[in-house]
Amino acid sequence: MADQLKSGAEIVLKALADQGVEVIFGYPGGSVLPLYDEIFKQNQIRHVLVRHEQAAVHAAEGYARSTGKVGCVLVTSGPGATNAVTGLTDAMLDSIPIVCLTGQVATHLIGNDAFQEADTTGITRQCTKHNYLVKKSEDLARVIHEAFQVASTGRPGPVVVDLPKDILIKDAPYMPPNRVKHKSYKPQIKGDIKSIEQAVEIIANAKRPIFYCGGGVINSGSQASQLLTQFVKMTGYPITLTLMGLGAYPASDPQFLGMLGMHGTYEANLAMYECDVMVAIGARFDDRVTGNLAEFSPNSTKIQIDIDPSSVNKNVAVDLAIIGDVGHVLEDMTKIWKAKQARVDREALKVWWDRIDAWRGRDCLAYEPSDSIIKPQYAIQRLYELTKDKNTYITTEVGQHQMWAAQYYGFEKPNRWMTSGGLGTMGYGFPSSIGVQMAHPDALVVDISGEASFMMNMQEIATAVQYRLPVKVFILNNMYMGMVRQWQELLHGGRYSESYSEALPDFVKLAEAFGAVGLRASKPEDVDDVIKEMIAVDRPVLVDMLVDQSENCYPMIPSGAPHYQMILGPADKEANAISKEGAILV
Amino acid sequence: MANGSTAQEPGIETHTISVLVDNESGVLARVTGLFSGRGYNIESLTVAEVDTQEHLSRITLVTSGTPMVIEQIKAQLGRLVPVNKVSDLTVEGPHVSRELALVKVAGTGEKRVESLRIADIFRANVVDSTNDSFIFEIVGKTEKLNAFIALMEPLGLVDVARTGVVAIARGGDAL
Ligand SMILES: Cc1cc2nc3c(=O)[nH]c(=O)nc-3n(C[C@H](O)[C@H](O)[C@H](O)COP(=O)(O)OP(=O)(O)OC[C@H]3O[C@@H](n4cnc5c(N)ncnc54)[C@H](O)[C@@H]3O)c2cc1C
Ligand SMILES: Cc1ncc(C[n+]2csc(CCOP(=O)(O)OP(=O)(O)O)c2C)c(N)n1
Ligand SMILES: [Mg+2]
Repeated sequence: MADQLKSGAEIVLKALADQGVEVIFGYPGGSVLPLYDEIFKQNQIRHVLVRHEQAAVHAAEGYARSTGKVGCVLVTSGPGATNAVTGLTDAMLDSIPIVCLTGQVATHLIGNDAFQEADTTGITRQCTKHNYLVKKSEDLARVIHEAFQVASTGRPGPVVVDLPKDILIKDAPYMPPNRVKHKSYKPQIKGDIKSIEQAVEIIANAKRPIFYCGGGVINSGSQASQLLTQFVKMTGYPITLTLMGLGAYPASDPQFLGMLGMHGTYEANLAMYECDVMVAIGARFDDRVTGNLAEFSPNSTKIQIDIDPSSVNKNVAVDLAIIGDVGHVLEDMTKIWKAKQARVDREALKVWWDRIDAWRGRDCLAYEPSDSIIKPQYAIQRLYELTKDKNTYITTEVGQHQMWAAQYYGFEKPNRWMTSGGLGTMGYGFPSSIGVQMAHPDALVVDISGEASFMMNMQEIATAVQYRLPVKVFILNNMYMGMVRQWQELLHGGRYSESYSEALPDFVKLAEAFGAVGLRASKPEDVDDVIKEMIAVDRPVLVDMLVDQSENCYPMIPSGAPHYQMILGPADKEANAISKEGAILV
Repeated sequence: MANGSTAQEPGIETHTISVLVDNESGVLARVTGLFSGRGYNIESLTVAEVDTQEHLSRITLVTSGTPMVIEQIKAQLGRLVPVNKVSDLTVEGPHVSRELALVKVAGTGEKRVESLRIADIFRANVVDSTNDSFIFEIVGKTEKLNAFIALMEPLGLVDVARTGVVAIARGGDAL
């Protein structure tokens, strides 16, 4: 039976629908008009019109990270595609599954410097997991199905499909997803059983163990977080999470030591330094985490579970690597642990916990409270207290506010925390919150923001207003690029070169100008009322929290320093001056 | 097992790596982009389609780095979607590797005769000749080609073109 012919654009929409796409974040232009025409004619897939293509990708990232599904983006050729590049790079570094459809000039014009032509596959080759230029309408359905498979399986990532305009117009047969199978792409999902048995042995015999887990647990699906939590509880061992892993283990559980790394807790970092067995799960030994590599956890046997062989032995050599999906490996590990009736060394563990509790006793997240000025930490703590019992999702921008959010907001579940970790993209959080709210219309979605970051994608207030998305932007306004100012204070003699947020808009009026709601708090006693009002208003809200302008983010491992050299607070600064080598690693 | 397990530099090694890829547009750019983007060395790279039915190309790469970097290179190659197989010939047992060079030497008199004599010793063929020049074709290991070219230097070497290394494992098994 001959397949019915459809136009390329129809094929694309059908393929997206068959892939379960509910929403596309996009922006139109000449080369994608046939697709926009198809979008107009159907009502299965919603389109969200952003105000800048970078925001489309971040919105899709927020959608993807909060649902575990693939985020879908549609942009036009040339400037549409180049505007998307930052978002794609962000998704690449944080392993977020995205399919981004880009318009392209007609095939016969490619290479002629045609109007709005850009070499999109060339430009995005290094910032995507894979990309395609479709040269025949007959390939469209297959390529789109493949793109979803590649984006969502193995180590997830962004995939670009470049669509020349003539390909969208010509007719071709459609092919359903189940008929598509990639020739060479086969990620390894199941871990090697012998290695898992060996891991169980090492873990059970540990005297000073730690679980160090990251974004890969979130990537693996919510089931993986449950398996992780069960396994860790079964052992009674301490666990720390990376910035990307927050929520993979309940923050309120006493076995959780908090985040580790540059702005991680004292107890987490010292436990990493002193441990004898480290179990890294879906974590990639990033430089923000390891600090000085030569002195990184020098006396531990290291086990690493990761789906991507290139994440293993990259920065830190491990003793036992298990290549596979976190969920699958943990399932096998739990079975083997139970079958072997593995027992932990209770006595050694007691001694270990006593040491950890002593480190905890330093209370490294304590800060100088104030009743005259809003401390940014206090603002986050209040936000946490007033929203933790609601169905809340948090996104962030990049800077001090991001770190304070990671330190003071506790996540009990995965997929509730969306932040730009790898690329550290200012302007990520607000569009991301729009994507989250699209996926969870009834949830409370808050972008914890800085005044400088917010201005990188503030045009998206219009998007939030247009689609009646009641996202909340919680700006910790310190009138500085605070994170930059902090480094200048530590490294450059307090010469605050270009880091003051000059000529800021009035954020309340700005919100109103867009048809959103603006609120402001300038004193500690305003904080609760403003947060409550923010929650109560069923519209997009901008909160301008005027916080202490000179506050710095502690604890902190100066870059290039080992884990045991933490600066715990302002008084500690002198003792730990950053070396020249460290300054290079900033 | 536990000591000093961070990245170190115990010495640079040279490895010959075979990569079987889907012969689709952009695949070579992916491979070379990977090397330049991550700062790996490429000492030699050759590519050609080897299976016209399945549209598979074989890339032979010679690269150098610490064992940890070599391992990264293989993992990063394996991560590329159109890559079917990565095989490190240097560690996977004995293999044969060959390279071809075309070497142009210009000169007259004793130097011209001497170049011909050396070519004979190296089993290089003359593939073009004028009154005052030869083009030699030589096949062999990289070191042999290097030695031949070095000897031609004082005899009027004017131009060299080399294919880069192709290599294949010894014995009956496929890649
Ligand atoms: C200003 C700033 C400060 C920062 N400070 C810190 C800090 O103090 N502490 C900190 O931790 N981070 C910090 N970061 C973030 C840091 O840069 C990295 O993004 C982060 O540490 C990486 O997290 P991760 O190791 O969990 O890896 P991710 O980037 O989340 O990578 C996930 C890993 O899991 C693997 N994986 C993916 N899916 C699966 C699966 N299904 N099964 C198995 N494995 C899988 C991947 O291959 C990869 O190796 C900071 C960022 C910024 C912008
Ligand atoms: C797009 C981009 N440009 C520059 C930077 C470098 N950078 C990191 S944090 C920061 C300042 C952020 O200021 P703000 O949003 O006010 O947050 P704060 O640190 O004050 O909380 C800058 C400029 C970045 N991360 N992203
Ligand atoms: Mg600021």
